[in-house]
Amino acid sequence: MDGSSMGAEAAVEVRGLVKRFKAVEAVNGIDLSVRTGETFGFLGPNGAGKSTTIKILCTLVDATEGSARVAGFDVATERDAVRRSIGLVFQEPTLDGYLSADQNLRFHGELYGVDRSTAVARRKEVLDMVGLYERKDDLVQTFSGGMRRRLEIARGLLHSPKVLFLDEPTIGLDPQTRASIWQYISELHRREEITVFVTTHYMEEAENCDRIAIIDQGKIVALDTPAALKAGIGKDRVQIATADDAAAIVALKDRFELEARMVEGLVTFSVADGAAFVPHLFEKLGIAIRSVAVNRPSLDDVFLNFTGTSLRDAEAKGRFNPMAAASRGR
Amino acid sequence: MTQATIARVVVPKPSLAHEVRATLVVWEREMIRFQRDPARVVSSVVQPLLFLFVLGGGLGALVQAGTGGVDFLSFLFPGVLAMSVLFTAAFAGISMVWDREFGFLREMLVAPISTTSILLGKCLGGASVATIQSVVVLVLAGLVGVPYDIPMMLELLALLFLMSFMITALGLVLASRVKQVQSAMPLVQMIITPLMFLSGALFPLSRLPGWLTVVTHLNPMTYAVEPVRAVVFARLTISPEARAILDPGIWWGSYQVPVWMQVGVVIVSAAILLFAAVKLFARTE
Ligand SMILES: Nc1ncnc2c1ncn2[C@@H]1O[C@H](COP(=O)(O)OP(=O)(O)OP(=O)(O)O)[C@@H](O)[C@H]1O
Ligand SMILES: [Mg+2]
Repeated sequence: MDGSSMGAEAAVEVRGLVKRFKAVEAVNGIDLSVRTGETFGFLGPNGAGKSTTIKILCTLVDATEGSARVAGFDVATERDAVRRSIGLVFQEPTLDGYLSADQNLRFHGELYGVDRSTAVARRKEVLDMVGLYERKDDLVQTFSGGMRRRLEIARGLLHSPKVLFLDEPTIGLDPQTRASIWQYISELHRREEITVFVTTHYMEEAENCDRIAIIDQGKIVALDTPAALKAGIGKDRVQIATADDAAAIVALKDRFELEARMVEGLVTFSVADGAAFVPHLFEKLGIAIRSVAVNRPSLDDVFLNFTGTSLRDAEAKGRFNPMAAASRGR
Repeated sequence: MTQATIARVVVPKPSLAHEVRATLVVWEREMIRFQRDPARVVSSVVQPLLFLFVLGGGLGALVQAGTGGVDFLSFLFPGVLAMSVLFTAAFAGISMVWDREFGFLREMLVAPISTTSILLGKCLGGASVATIQSVVVLVLAGLVGVPYDIPMMLELLALLFLMSFMITALGLVLASRVKQVQSAMPLVQMIITPLMFLSGALFPLSRLPGWLTVVTHLNPMTYAVEPVRAVVFARLTISPEARAILDPGIWWGSYQVPVWMQVGVVIVSAAILLFAAVKLFARTE
């Protein structure tokens, strides 16, 4: 999709959004604007506030402060108009396992008042798109996790929404299925004029978005295209394994004025033109080096840069929250 | 866009027709799930049949002296009919707890339609399923001395439908408060069993101790069961004395509540419960 077909009006417009649960500030002052027709990624670790933001945008939860407009309608005062304009795939499954795939879609079509004359064709179309048309009369109970996810995406599209919200559409799926789901998303853009708002905590997936917002502890810490975010770092990431990591960190500071830290068990630092730096490293570090890896900046580095932890470490160290874990368990 | 976008659909503006479609599809879902689960019919009529033939048969000999020659089973029959819909309807309502647990409730609540339409569909579904089940008990009428009278059968089905609707709405009210699947069933048992025992389904409302009279008259189930008994008794040959004992009607002091008003009480109770459920569900997500 080229820039010219993007409408002038923002598909999602959020101003000063705050959501407080008793003790937790789940969303802590978010501003953002999603252009019509773009795929917008919302990237952050567990408990960052992604799902809460989506629930506010789809009128399921009231914001504590701030305002949001979706498809031109206010989520607080024009609830029904918002609901008519959006498609939703929640993080937790919302299918009826005792109904067939087609019956789940039919139910959805009736709830959304989809014109009966086009409903059958539309159901076939969306089922075809996610490759489930042959299985349409099977009970959803008998579907694998990936098939259910695909069916939910098909259902979210059934009523031709202007904005599609996908909350972790690929959670718990194998890499192949994840790839195919992203393929549907890009396919969508070829076929329909639709804005996609997607959350994920997989960095690789965020690369598929036109723009991404990195959210951490309820705040947006960066927002741009993946390329611009990476370019903004301007440095490569170097990871080394040494005989004495603590000494290596001190040596890097003393001899090269580089701030290094342990990430995923390796001494990690950022430096411009990493490949050219490696020979100097061997020459001057004075500590035995067992292995070296130089990487172009990834979104993970962007995340590291803005939040001070790597995404994976943030998750492992667990700002783990039982709430999110419990709700995902369903 | 030049790309062929086939079957593009438009979500309509709010309208009554749209709400009706939503209600109907929620109803339809209940019917599909019912039809997929024939074991449910069998298991939920076992208890009423036990009451009718085992309890009724056992106590029959004991109480025959006091029934003025009326078969105790004929007396019990209307109450057992009510029982046969009671639990099914209550479970249909409380099943919202499972819908919440498995996420489907969210699919319904986030759609651009009113909560009323969804819950109304649920009540109609619960009432339909329960009424269909009661047919299993109804066909046994002949065995307990109740004639197969078509108008009577139709009146009974209509009354049972209404009763089930009210009880499903009650189940929905409970479901709005219960968040855990494990506590749903015990809660239904806890609420429905006393409603049944205090309704005159299993014993006549005449000659009750004072406190029991008060409680039974406050129980909406009483007003749902009594018309069922009145309809059955109208077809039995029965002495006025026996009738006065077994089917004394409902009295508010010295005022005998007519059947149409009893039905009215049930309709109003159902409406209040449905309204309460709508309010509670709107607030809980
Ligand atoms: N209903 C609730 N009551 C209380 N706290 C809540 C509720 N919902 C979310 N929270 C809290 O708000 C914070 C943000 O949660 P949210 O589900 O939005 O995170 P997330 O970014 O979607 O995380 P994940 O990647 O795990 O899905 C968490 O600390 C969570 O515990
Ligand atoms: Mg989430």
